[in-house]
Amino acid sequence: MTTAMATELTPRAAQRRRLRRRFTRRPTAVLGLVGVACFVLVAIFGPVLSPADPDATSYDQIFVSPFSAGHLLGTDDLGRDVLSRLIVGTRASMEAGVLATLIAAVIGVALGLFAGYYRGWLDTVVMRTTDVLLSFPFAILAVGLASILGPSLSNAILALAISLIPTFIRITRAEVLGLREQDYVQAAVVSGASGGVIMFGHILRNCLTPLVVQASVAIPGAIIGAAMLSFLGLGEQPPTASWGTMLSESQNYLSQAAWFAVLPGLAIALATLSFNMFGDGLREVLDPRGDQ
Amino acid sequence: MTPRLQVEDLSVQFATDDGPVLAVDRMSFTVEPREVVALVGESGCGKSVTSMSVLRLLPRPASVTGSIKLEGRELTSMSEAEIREIRGRDISMIFQEPMSSLNPSFTVGFQIGEVLRRHEGMTRRQANARAVELLELVRMPAPKARLREYPHQLSGGMRQRVMIAMAVACSPKVLIADEPTTALDVTIQAQILDILRDLRQEVGTSILLITHDLGVVADIADRVQIMYAGHQIESGLVDNLFAHPQHPYTVGLLGAVPRPDRLSHNGSRRLQEIPGLVPVLRDRPDSCVFAPRCTRATPECGESMPPLEATRPGQYAACFHAGESLAESAKEDLQA
Repeated sequence: MTTAMATELTPRAAQRRRLRRRFTRRPTAVLGLVGVACFVLVAIFGPVLSPADPDATSYDQIFVSPFSAGHLLGTDDLGRDVLSRLIVGTRASMEAGVLATLIAAVIGVALGLFAGYYRGWLDTVVMRTTDVLLSFPFAILAVGLASILGPSLSNAILALAISLIPTFIRITRAEVLGLREQDYVQAAVVSGASGGVIMFGHILRNCLTPLVVQASVAIPGAIIGAAMLSFLGLGEQPPTASWGTMLSESQNYLSQAAWFAVLPGLAIALATLSFNMFGDGLREVLDPRGDQ
Repeated sequence: MTPRLQVEDLSVQFATDDGPVLAVDRMSFTVEPREVVALVGESGCGKSVTSMSVLRLLPRPASVTGSIKLEGRELTSMSEAEIREIRGRDISMIFQEPMSSLNPSFTVGFQIGEVLRRHEGMTRRQANARAVELLELVRMPAPKARLREYPHQLSGGMRQRVMIAMAVACSPKVLIADEPTTALDVTIQAQILDILRDLRQEVGTSILLITHDLGVVADIADRVQIMYAGHQIESGLVDNLFAHPQHPYTVGLLGAVPRPDRLSHNGSRRLQEIPGLVPVLRDRPDSCVFAPRCTRATPECGESMPPLEATRPGQYAACFHAGESLAESAKEDLQA
């Protein structure tokens, strides 16, 4: 970890340049970044980009195969344009991935900081709760929470966020336990800093690296999680387009129109892959041992 | 006149898994304005614990009794918020390890400025201007350019200067320097000591110096407290005490300092060592703490811990057999 700090220290401009070079040297990382950028742009401008109204049904154009005129990726069981639905559905997936991770990070990091810095009963309560939550597999926990909260996209996001919190707590606390013994933390105490200033001003800044990496892992996890919850009917509700609901609708027609299942699956896979490749690149850039 | 810092009957006991440990037993000393008082002793003798209890930095299992007053204000009974106000403004501290005492993620200017913004309510711009002055005070080369640098870009000596600049940012009444030069090489040590010497003139700071380096003590301190196993065993003005040590432990300590110009007591060129280790005390001792290692020990020493008593003008020792006898007898040996 000491070496990790050593890289963080360089003056900002030079450091930024070096990190950028280390990132761009990795083709997978760049590819991941491009993919992530595409998905984010599509999520933001989805309604503008979609070639047709994603919710417009047309009963004389059911299961039009891909690459036909007017419907590049064909139509579904109600004659809705699949490409448009995929594009519009991107937003729900990205929202779920990013929002759930953001909520989990904010709460998890705060709890981890307090638990690790103050120790005592607070630490015991937080960590034992974390142990209990972590004893459930991620998917089961998310499904359980989502069904308790009730089916809707916002509840699905909340359920995913809660399921992601324990990991953030663990990582933050582990970092804090090491950093609180550092001389510079003691020096901050000596200079009259309060607990809040020390936690958020001195310690948090030095444990960002593993947290950024964790976030890059959590986002694709949450995207898959959101698709899973929608597939099970616990997320975005039909007729609103989302990748998960599209998958779920497609399963009745696998023998007639397999591509209808393949397309949203491909979208989920590509989004996850992009975030993972981007996250791996980020991890390697921020890991000082990769700096040769 | 009230002394700047007055420590009276300070005892610190730690509750450990192996039972209580008495780290400091009934310490009393004062530090006057602009005075440098050194606490000297081996590792584990309680000198750092003493300094930490002044700033109330000891962890909870420690029980601290006695009184610590800053210009008459009792520190031991202050609330957490009050003591935070004192820390860094009235009493500040520099540490042994300059390599790890600065936060690696922030610039030098930010870290010095943080103290000023906290205690003096300065704006970022004001704090920056003052930080440059402070860096000049600690004789940092190119102070303005340093503000934007990160700690890893500085050498150990320069980091220690930054630490000192942070510590004296608010012109503290007392500066606790815990082994401030131990981790530095000798030429830098001398420069840092010069800076500390200047500070008490220019800032009017009193310095409580924690060290095991008698050379540093001789160089900068006015008065010295020799500690052994949590007890004050000798105290006095540095010049007197070094010239005429009364306690056998002090005599032994001085004998362990390499001096190229002098043979040691027994005429050999070997350094004198004090055999044995510092004991860990569980409770108030019922015999002299130094007796097991002492060449002058008599049955009397096994009966009670001798109190600190005047031996020579302005000099005190806690020993039933105080005197320079050991050194004198060594001299006689040499002549014989």
